[in-house]
Amino acid sequence: MDKVIEVEGLTKRFGNFTAVDRISFDVKRGEIFGFLGANGAGKTTAIHMLCGLSKPTEGRGSVAGFDITRENEMIKQNIGYMSQKFSLYEDLRVWENIRLFGGIYGLADKVIAKKTEELLERLNFKSERNTMVKALPLGWKQKLAFSIAIFHEPEIVFLDEPTGGVDPAMRRQFWEMIYDAAERGITVFVTTHYMEEAEYCHRVSIMVDGRIDALDSPRNLREAYGAKSMDEVFQQLARKAQRAD
Amino acid sequence: MIQVNELHKTYRNGRVKALNGVSFSVDKGEIFGVIGPDGAGKSTLFRILASLLIPDPGRGKATVGGYDVIRDYRQIRQIIGYMPGRFSLYQDLSVEENLKFFATLFNTTVEENYSLIKDIYGQIEPFKKRRAGALSGGMKQKLALSCALVHRPKVLILDEPTTGVDPVSRREFWDMLGRLRELGITILVSTAYMDEADRCTRVALAREGEFIAIDTPKGITRDYSEVLWSVEGDRMPALLNRLREYPSVKTAFAFGDKHHITVEKGITTEELENYLANNGFKETRVEPIEPTIEDCFLAM
Repeated sequence: MDKVIEVEGLTKRFGNFTAVDRISFDVKRGEIFGFLGANGAGKTTAIHMLCGLSKPTEGRGSVAGFDITRENEMIKQNIGYMSQKFSLYEDLRVWENIRLFGGIYGLADKVIAKKTEELLERLNFKSERNTMVKALPLGWKQKLAFSIAIFHEPEIVFLDEPTGGVDPAMRRQFWEMIYDAAERGITVFVTTHYMEEAEYCHRVSIMVDGRIDALDSPRNLREAYGAKSMDEVFQQLARKAQRAD
Repeated sequence: MIQVNELHKTYRNGRVKALNGVSFSVDKGEIFGVIGPDGAGKSTLFRILASLLIPDPGRGKATVGGYDVIRDYRQIRQIIGYMPGRFSLYQDLSVEENLKFFATLFNTTVEENYSLIKDIYGQIEPFKKRRAGALSGGMKQKLALSCALVHRPKVLILDEPTTGVDPVSRREFWDMLGRLRELGITILVSTAYMDEADRCTRVALAREGEFIAIDTPKGITRDYSEVLWSVEGDRMPALLNRLREYPSVKTAFAFGDKHHITVEKGITTEELENYLANNGFKETRVEPIEPTIEDCFLAM
């Protein structure tokens, strides 16, 4: 099976501080990969390197077939990205956000127009076409942001806490969208602090103090740690952390 | 400690109803949780109680510590600590400077109240020279709580304090709330994490500007009236879709490593297991279970 992410010994230091400490892992095409860890464990720094936004101090890696150090511009064109903090422009309307991101990724006007209709239809969003994004409830915003992040059919999409603060019903709808994307062959790399969402991933890694201390399917991790839930697995691992948050 | 009676709040000339007649009361020393989807009116309610937003005039009334939220806003600001949903400390001030600033606003000092905040502030004190904007998410929460506590408030109003906080820090945060409660501080808190509801003395389920249930966590689950089963097996996403196609299944939701379904009265777990087996899902386990707060929320 081909690999969309391959990382070996990836390290990032800021002065004396090692934010990411020699991590190695692969992610397969179409996989939903959960990237877990406590606040401050190094997840965001690692994601920035994978997205070509930050150069590793040591180690190597490729994303969507491109080298993360030398071909970072190619990576940006072949991935999608959304986070809880930034995803859409609040002062633009729904259709304007779609138009803007479609344009940034170089899609033709005709393609954008056609795909916009499909997107609004699928989200049941036709009545919101002209709504300012800031007027949408958070859960709707996040569903729209995800749809836009995969609008250009990237090989892989990075989701940094996409469901933070989103209510349980909306969170489930969001995960069904993730499954749909994965079934269409888009690889999903996702972080979350909801441990029941970790169960929805094919495999998860858990970062502690910049290292990956565990990596396997949720079921295997629960068995290996003699835990009833992923929350217990997480508590066992993250409590060992030396680094102050 | 908090009394709310038929509170209304509309925006845009009455076109958007944020609060539609909310009534409840919170006793001294309670941890009262408000759970609801985005747009349920939680933040609007909290901002009114913190005297930062004025409710619709002439309809309803709210008091905190006996003070009216409109007339007595000065007194209210003395006795409450408020932590808004968005991080709102001064990013360019250091940890220590932020804390001192808030203490000074209330005519007090950090030293005078150190015993109250030391549990939580002690954890970030090693970084007291760092700019608040450069802190990690968990540390920001701890600083925000320290700042909200530094004047010894009688009532803490916390708007989604643990959103974006990892499971270990979340547990620590709630342990801390439990200790504050023992000191007699009344806590009003909203959350999107259902497991936190169980740590409240009472919870309100909010929807579209109304409280549709107020009770102890046990009381909320006791009133659940659906037949609830868990289903466990292989190929969980496909299993979920298959369950939804079965006529006697009313709702089906993923719940971590299991699915929870509500079914029509009268069908048996064996019937469902047989149906699943006939559709290619062997080795599926179906069991009746007790509802959690999250099940109640999803049934709203």
